[in-house]
Amino acid sequence: MSKPIPTERSESVFSDFKHEYAPHQAAVEANRCLYCSDAPCTKACPTHIDVPEFIRKIATENVKGSARTIFDANILGMSCARVCPVEVLCVGDCVYNAMGVPPIQIGKLQRYATDQAYEKGWRFFEAGKPTGKSVGLIGAGPASLAAAHELRRMGHACTIYEKREVIGGLNTTGVAPYKMRADRSVDEAEWVLAIGGIDVKTGVEIGKSHAFEELEKKHDAVFVGVGLGPDTRLGVPGEELPGIHGAVELIERMKLGKLPLQGVKHALVIGGGNTAIDGVRELMVLGVPNVTLVYRGQEPKMPGYRHEWSAAREAGVSALFQAVPVAFEGSGKVERARCVRMDENKKPIAGSEFNVAAELVLMAIGQSTLGEQLASLGHRDQKGSGRHRRTRCHRAQGLVRRRRLSQRWQRSRERRGRRQGRGAGHSLALGRQKCLI
Amino acid sequence: MPDLTTNCAGIRSPNPFWLASAPPANSGGQVQRAFDAGWGGAVWKTLGQPIQNVSSRFGAINYSGTRAIGFNNIELITDRSLEVNFREIYETKKKFPKHAVVVSLMVETQEEWKDIIKRSIDAGADGLELNFGCPHGMCERGMGSAVGQEPLVNERITSWAVEYSTVPVLVKLTPNVSDVLPHGLAAQKGGAHGVSLINTIKSIIAVDIDRFVPEPRVGSLSTNGGYCGAAVKPIALHMLARLTRSGEFKIPVSGIGGITNWRDAVEFMLLGASSVQVCTEVMLKGYRIVEDMIEGLDEYMASHGFDTLDQLVGKAVPAFSEWGDLDLNYETIAKIDAKKCIGCQLCVVACHDGAHQCIHQSKETNGDATRVPVIDESECVGCNLCKIVCPVPDCISMVPVDNGFAPATWNQHVTEGLPLRPKKGAH
Ligand SMILES: Cc1cc2nc3c(=O)[nH]c(=O)nc-3n(C[C@H](O)[C@H](O)[C@H](O)COP(=O)(O)O)c2cc1C
Ligand code: SF4
Ligand code: SF4
Ligand code: SF4
Repeated sequence: MSKPIPTERSESVFSDFKHEYAPHQAAVEANRCLYCSDAPCTKACPTHIDVPEFIRKIATENVKGSARTIFDANILGMSCARVCPVEVLCVGDCVYNAMGVPPIQIGKLQRYATDQAYEKGWRFFEAGKPTGKSVGLIGAGPASLAAAHELRRMGHACTIYEKREVIGGLNTTGVAPYKMRADRSVDEAEWVLAIGGIDVKTGVEIGKSHAFEELEKKHDAVFVGVGLGPDTRLGVPGEELPGIHGAVELIERMKLGKLPLQGVKHALVIGGGNTAIDGVRELMVLGVPNVTLVYRGQEPKMPGYRHEWSAAREAGVSALFQAVPVAFEGSGKVERARCVRMDENKKPIAGSEFNVAAELVLMAIGQSTLGEQLASLGHRDQKGSGRHRRTRCHRAQGLVRRRRLSQRWQRSRERRGRRQGRGAGHSLALGRQKCLI
Repeated sequence: MPDLTTNCAGIRSPNPFWLASAPPANSGGQVQRAFDAGWGGAVWKTLGQPIQNVSSRFGAINYSGTRAIGFNNIELITDRSLEVNFREIYETKKKFPKHAVVVSLMVETQEEWKDIIKRSIDAGADGLELNFGCPHGMCERGMGSAVGQEPLVNERITSWAVEYSTVPVLVKLTPNVSDVLPHGLAAQKGGAHGVSLINTIKSIIAVDIDRFVPEPRVGSLSTNGGYCGAAVKPIALHMLARLTRSGEFKIPVSGIGGITNWRDAVEFMLLGASSVQVCTEVMLKGYRIVEDMIEGLDEYMASHGFDTLDQLVGKAVPAFSEWGDLDLNYETIAKIDAKKCIGCQLCVVACHDGAHQCIHQSKETNGDATRVPVIDESECVGCNLCKIVCPVPDCISMVPVDNGFAPATWNQHVTEGLPLRPKKGAH
């Protein structure tokens, strides 16, 4: 089971960015929902929660039924309600947008129903009749938790292998604390595990303490829910100076313990994605006086969500666009970043170098990807593993999703993937996004 | 500027908006504030032998988050002494000589009627309203709807009142009858100058599902009450038109029942009401709603070229006819304006589950389907359901089609054998 997380944590100073609904507020919003058929919001939800149905149940004060509808499709509906970028998923596709009417606040309604389930201790699902089959799941993050829960409903035995001592994966270690704090994620993981019959082995790193092949022998199927790997580095001089951290690594420290930020007057977060945006917002709240996001491209081309960036802007962060650090300098620890200006094509402009003060630097330029991760599991060579991992994954998924959902899901994922310019095969790497088992 | 001056059965008021006999017209202070706010008249809370009320007395229906679309009550007539009421009527009339103060009455014996009518007129009443409508409490004592449901009793008491009165007499009818016409005619025969309708509808508004008691609850019991408020408007409109369309019924009507705004008021007038009375909406929102009612009616009349109320009163009555006179060959089909459609598919489900299965989701092409549904016009029966459910104004319209058939009603079909168009959706 999970090691208890400390009560004194840096993230404890954060309060929820979006306030929760009182019953009468939920009722007003729920009653606005049109109860669309073949609803676009459900289609946009990666787990295909029947949104109109769960909202209608809130409107009729059948909140328990509402929570059941949500959890039936997505056992992590509580954390999804807090962390999903609804603006680009369900809410973004609500038909009201097309009418110029504010879309339904689906995330808040989902939170309303699922929070009540937690508060009142409602449980909905039981383990299925034992099938005699067993599945090993690597990683105790959202993907494996959700997969294991589904597998248990079907009666398969499950063992989760987690390298950390805490469970919940990125939900525990990486979610911005103004969306959800670590204790809530651990509670959720335990609520999910309470279906029973899921053996969680923490402190076990597949590929290190145990070989992948061992799992394959032991189980009828293996589910790889490892998420992404360590932060990527720029590879510039001075990057090893104290005070320079991977963003994901530093966020984890803030969520699970205390971050020493004394003497930090200027913090730089390098990158333009959502992790970078989380990073700047978090450092602001933690009291760093000057927080600057440094992105090599132009502002409109930042890959991070627009709504998240606006919120960061409102919180008072600064930004340096079309700039990139070429070196870090300081005696004994980082004191400044040497940056260069970039042109529209993200090419350095000669002679444009300048210094920026920085006692803390976060690298939020990406994480190592699935291929590297699988390789680190001691898995087969890249080429072979490509095909192998997909069949494996699908085998696990075949057990996980009921067919109807699985097909719908697959279709919409592919469409979504195409829209975002990547192939369907990418889905496996998205273990880090909890919805995508 | 249109003239809103009203004359309903000889009772005059600066505009057609009157408070109905109910809590908002319970006292002089209230009625005077209402007149200050703009109300043209008031029918005083029914006077008679003062009663003792129960607590609680009101219940309501909420629907989809909207509060009190329907309302009900189990209160009785005035609980204040007649002396106080008459003094306040007198003071009110003195301050507002041009406004209509109608006094609603309900007593038992001929002597009592004679006495109370005299005192009302002495106090300055511009008219009387005989409450033959209250469907709870008073009817158990042989008054209210007990009278309104018996045409002969109605006619007799009306004739007494007309005999004793020097001001116009309105008879307030109960909707708790299978057909309102005989009751309207009874009042007319008794000599009434006009009728008011409707009073409240016998009802149980709700049941407390945790306590197992209907509402409103008086300790551990409840009783049937009178239903009113926005939800009863369709019933009131029908009863109004049932009278105004009848060739036999000739006296004016003051329309009541579910009126919440100027649009409702216009609808009542178009079906023949020469004044309108409001109770529930005032109870829920206050006297101030009259500002918009006056302005809305004024604007409506100006935009439709009406100078006086007579020009619009009854204008929609000729268009209210029997089913057998409707043209069976008139045909419409639904059309969707693709530019307005938001793709909610409500029309698709409604037509599939509740109509004739002829609106379909558009087929997916290359993974990206348009969400604008497709109507199979050869199957659409033109029922209107899709237009009703569509959340976008004017997105679905019902468009007449020329099917080549000359108009033919059922009556003409039966008597003259006129041909009917082929049926749709009946396979
Ligand atoms: C609380 C309450 C008390 C009422 N009391 C009387 C009454 O004393 N005399 C009467 O003729 N009608 C009485 N009514 C009926 C109203 O005058 C009116 O006919 C009915 O409410 C329908 O109009 P509405 O839909 O605008 O409320 C009462 C209605 C309510 C809600
Ligand atoms: S699209 Fe919007 S209105 Fe329609 S069901 Fe979903 S949330 Fe409700
Ligand atoms: S008018 Fe009726 S039958 Fe025609 S498409 Fe609409 S719902 Fe269907
Ligand atoms: S109900 Fe109206 S908006 Fe919705 S799909 Fe049908 S036509 Fe379009």
